[in-house]
Amino acid sequence: MIPISIKVSLDLVKSLYAKFIDWDAEMIDYETGIPSHATNTAISEDLGQVEYIMTDKTGTLTENRMIFRRCCISGVFYGNESGDALKDMKLLNAVAGGSPDVVQFLTVMAICNTVVPIKSKTGAISYKAQSQDEDALVNAAAQLHMVYANKNANILEIRFNGSVIKYEVLEILEFTSDRKRMSVVVKDCQTGKIVLLSKGADEAILPYAFVGQQTRTFIEAVEQYAQLGLRTLCLACRELREDEYQEWSLMFKEASSTLVDREWRIAEACQRLEHDFEVLGVTAIEDRLQDGVPETIETLRKAGINFWMLTGDKQNTAIQIALSCNFISPEPKGQLLLIDGKTEDEVCRSLERVLLTMRITSSEPKDVAFVVDGWALEIALKHYRKAFTELAILSRTAICCRVTPSQKAQLVELLKSCDYRTLAIGDGGNDVRMIQQADIGVGISGREGLQAARAADYSIGKFRFLKRLILVHGRYSYNRTAFLSQYSFYKSLVICFIQIFFSFISGVSGTSLFNSVSLMAYNVFYTSVPVLVSVLDKDLSEGTIMQHPQILFYCQAGRLLNPSTFAGWFGRSLFHAIVVFVISIHAYAYEKSEMEELSMVALSGCIWLQAFVVALETNSFTILQHLAIWGNLVAFYVINWIFSAIPASGMYTIMFRLCRQPSYWITMSLIVAAGMGPVLALKYFRYTYRPSKINTLQQAERMGGPILTLGNIEPHPRPMEKEVVSPLQISQPKNRNPVYEPLLSDSPNSSRRSLGSGAPFDFFQSQSRLSSSYSRNCKDN
Amino acid sequence: MSSSTPSSSAGGVGSADSAAPRRNSKRPKYSKFTQQELPACKPILTPRWVISAFMLVSIVFIPIGVVSLFASRDVVEIIDRYETACVPDGYKNDKVTFIQSNLTKQCNRTLTVKKRMKKPIYVYYQLDNFYQNHRRYVKSRSDSQLKENSSWDDVSSCKPEDMSKDQPIVPCGLIAWSLFNDTYNFSLNDQQLAVNKKGISWKSDRDSKFGKDVFPQNFQNGSLKGGATLNLSIPLSEQEDLIVWMRTAALPTFRKLYGKIEQDLQPNDQIHVTLDNNYNTYSFNGKKKLVLSTTSWLGGKNDFLGIAYLTVGGLCFFLALSFTVVYLVKPRRLGDPSYLSWNRNPGGH
Repeated sequence: MIPISIKVSLDLVKSLYAKFIDWDAEMIDYETGIPSHATNTAISEDLGQVEYIMTDKTGTLTENRMIFRRCCISGVFYGNESGDALKDMKLLNAVAGGSPDVVQFLTVMAICNTVVPIKSKTGAISYKAQSQDEDALVNAAAQLHMVYANKNANILEIRFNGSVIKYEVLEILEFTSDRKRMSVVVKDCQTGKIVLLSKGADEAILPYAFVGQQTRTFIEAVEQYAQLGLRTLCLACRELREDEYQEWSLMFKEASSTLVDREWRIAEACQRLEHDFEVLGVTAIEDRLQDGVPETIETLRKAGINFWMLTGDKQNTAIQIALSCNFISPEPKGQLLLIDGKTEDEVCRSLERVLLTMRITSSEPKDVAFVVDGWALEIALKHYRKAFTELAILSRTAICCRVTPSQKAQLVELLKSCDYRTLAIGDGGNDVRMIQQADIGVGISGREGLQAARAADYSIGKFRFLKRLILVHGRYSYNRTAFLSQYSFYKSLVICFIQIFFSFISGVSGTSLFNSVSLMAYNVFYTSVPVLVSVLDKDLSEGTIMQHPQILFYCQAGRLLNPSTFAGWFGRSLFHAIVVFVISIHAYAYEKSEMEELSMVALSGCIWLQAFVVALETNSFTILQHLAIWGNLVAFYVINWIFSAIPASGMYTIMFRLCRQPSYWITMSLIVAAGMGPVLALKYFRYTYRPSKINTLQQAERMGGPILTLGNIEPHPRPMEKEVVSPLQISQPKNRNPVYEPLLSDSPNSSRRSLGSGAPFDFFQSQSRLSSSYSRNCKDN
Repeated sequence: MSSSTPSSSAGGVGSADSAAPRRNSKRPKYSKFTQQELPACKPILTPRWVISAFMLVSIVFIPIGVVSLFASRDVVEIIDRYETACVPDGYKNDKVTFIQSNLTKQCNRTLTVKKRMKKPIYVYYQLDNFYQNHRRYVKSRSDSQLKENSSWDDVSSCKPEDMSKDQPIVPCGLIAWSLFNDTYNFSLNDQQLAVNKKGISWKSDRDSKFGKDVFPQNFQNGSLKGGATLNLSIPLSEQEDLIVWMRTAALPTFRKLYGKIEQDLQPNDQIHVTLDNNYNTYSFNGKKKLVLSTTSWLGGKNDFLGIAYLTVGGLCFFLALSFTVVYLVKPRRLGDPSYLSWNRNPGGH
């Protein structure tokens, strides 16, 4: 009974949905010129039903374009006034004056890395870096006249203020996520001094400062920068004695060549050298949020979509980014609950405590989010899956930091197992597993290559297009598919019911009222064309949807395609079949009850009703819709006139005879009036006296009611659209997002209190305590 | 529609060197169709619109209904049910035996004209409870055989009336086999009333469905006798009773044209009908009726359309009226923001 035509029409319109995404001029990334692309054409309507969005952070929410913004060198803050240390006259003067602290700091910036400089023919130097952070640091150093000019085997060449300094690299202590720092051991070729240069996370550097150094200003700097959502690195150095280095070098070589537990041994060896630092300063690198991220997240959260941030980054950076992009609300409204612990018991206790808080606050209109790190997550997923699942269902927002790609996929899996429709969005290779695991995968074709975009169902250029992808394309697709599939059932049922009724007056012998040509053409031509143009139907304008994203709830809850709406269409098809059948057999009774004639009367009655049903259910008529609906009606007569002109066909002359009879046309208008009258009356009544939210918005939209001017989201400017923005413009503070700005003035206390109220421990301390034991735990297991 | 716009999915992402031209080629061409921005009219169901639609329907439908009803009432119809009356008293309880016997089947009926009947007066026979639309009955015919002499032996679809004495039957099949064979002779004031049996079938059927060179053959020769026999020397295209009969009816109650009386009949005229009651409808309790009817622009006497139009028109008027009353009593502003409280948290699962 499932009509074949539904499959064909659905496939046709689905590919058109996908094309609309490809064609959408508002979803082109004008910086790179890459349009959005739908790789998977089959799931456009699922986009409209998304309930959970799992997002990566770096490169997805942020631009993944690191820019050196501020620094703190031996207690002096640079770049605080202008927001750009490279333009700070104080720093420029210090560089020009050759202040030893600053020079040392710049040297670390320039050479403590794995960057390879490349000299082009014109003499300009460009850098090839694996990490965006190192690239930012080297470039910043170069702008401050500390140019990392050349690397020749182990000899580095640095030009500073016209003089060339050469260093010999003795050892590179590579970055590991356990140590959270990297170091180089270099030997100054002029003086022969051996120096250890390190850079790393604050918790990996500051505790190892030499006894007596005041690290207070640095801790303050790190905290201040983190509040601004900047990525911080601490730079440090230590002069090594020749014999100390030689001794260590032997040990390091031995560690490097062991076969068992090499990584552990190397880490231990590095630990031996990396202590008693002279902390030089703190750098702050900005990874700017992409344009429109806060608005996008706010709109989508209003649409009832829950956001989870899954990132490999560290906890406080993730929280800062989350705060700055409306992911979580600051203190009075929002609350952050922390799940941590390094043993099963601790995780269990913390999980239970969070769950309890969550249960209590779930009735309050409060934004409660939980934060979990990779280690606790591992334990929670392994041993307390049930409790964690409950937490996942209760919580609208979550931040998971320090998670591995497979954990990302596990989290998606967890939500999928609770029957939520999930969307995963990411940009890098580490997001591929999560993207493939989710119901819908969206890839951002960004700086980290196209891996994610290739694996995903949809690829977009910027995070902010997600809003349009879900609210406009997803929603329209869902609405259109809901109508189309139900209508396809309806039209097939009408014919089926008429055949069933007819069988009762043909001795239940199974005679077909309709001839085979009509039955074939009914599904292929007469009823499929009008409904195919419903791909252009828009119930609400895009602007209205953006202003009232809550309307997406109708799609998420499946309000437009569920058993009760289906029953409505079923009832309508039964009613229409009765109308067509009863009117046809009574109007064409006695001397007119010729088989072929009655069959065409009933069929054309169906076609007329279909045209009016589509017209009634269409919300916006474009020229194509008029053409398809009314043109199809004309085509029906033309096709049947052609068949009626063929002597060999069964219906020879039938249609000409019918069209000459006034009674035929009178019967048709009777069928239309009797069939559509009650439908129209019912629809009107529901529309006016029991309006759904969609109806209300439609009315408001068409009549210019006050709703639209209420506007709960201020129209957001899109400065990036018309021209390609040069990197320089980004640095201008006026380009900052309005939502980004208040956080600057937001005192550090506010967000710390927000953490503290849920989980009463000092965040940063626990973080550093945890991190040191974390690596050890990894080894133990 | 999609051919007018370039496909944007085709461009390869791999070739990095020609960035600038590729950028332009990948950018979708802007058109109102691709951006889903075709100008659209978005009607909504405002009370004014709906009430006037219903009002309009009622204003149009009620007069049409009245006119149709008058047209139907103008048609004069004389119906005479005769299948029981034409069975002699002794056989009332065993009609099937009577019809299958060799007794004389002649029967006399008298019809009284109530109202003036203008020519042409159509003579129909009406059968009730006769399922000409039964699946096996409908299929049991051979259109090619009826049309062309050359396919006289194409009787594959005619079972069970395909062959008789190992010879194909022309015309074959159950429909032809069961051809109606009651005959009527009309007389008015002892004068024969001519019944024109020419032109009672569809011209298109005579011209292209029934062959001029196809003659009946081996017809009604079987052991089980069906209906009428055919004159073997007249081609099928001129056997109009057969042609009329072969247009199967869709309903179990149907009338078929027997002939036309080309003469006006006055009120109180007594028409004597001498009929041969040959056709066996007794075995399935079918009724037989003789119908004399004039015609109107809408066809025969059928009140259905008129009554249905008046009903629908009346209901629409009633709906329009009640919607107006409801609208006046309980006006409701369309698009009122107070209906749009998002109180029920959309995300609250």
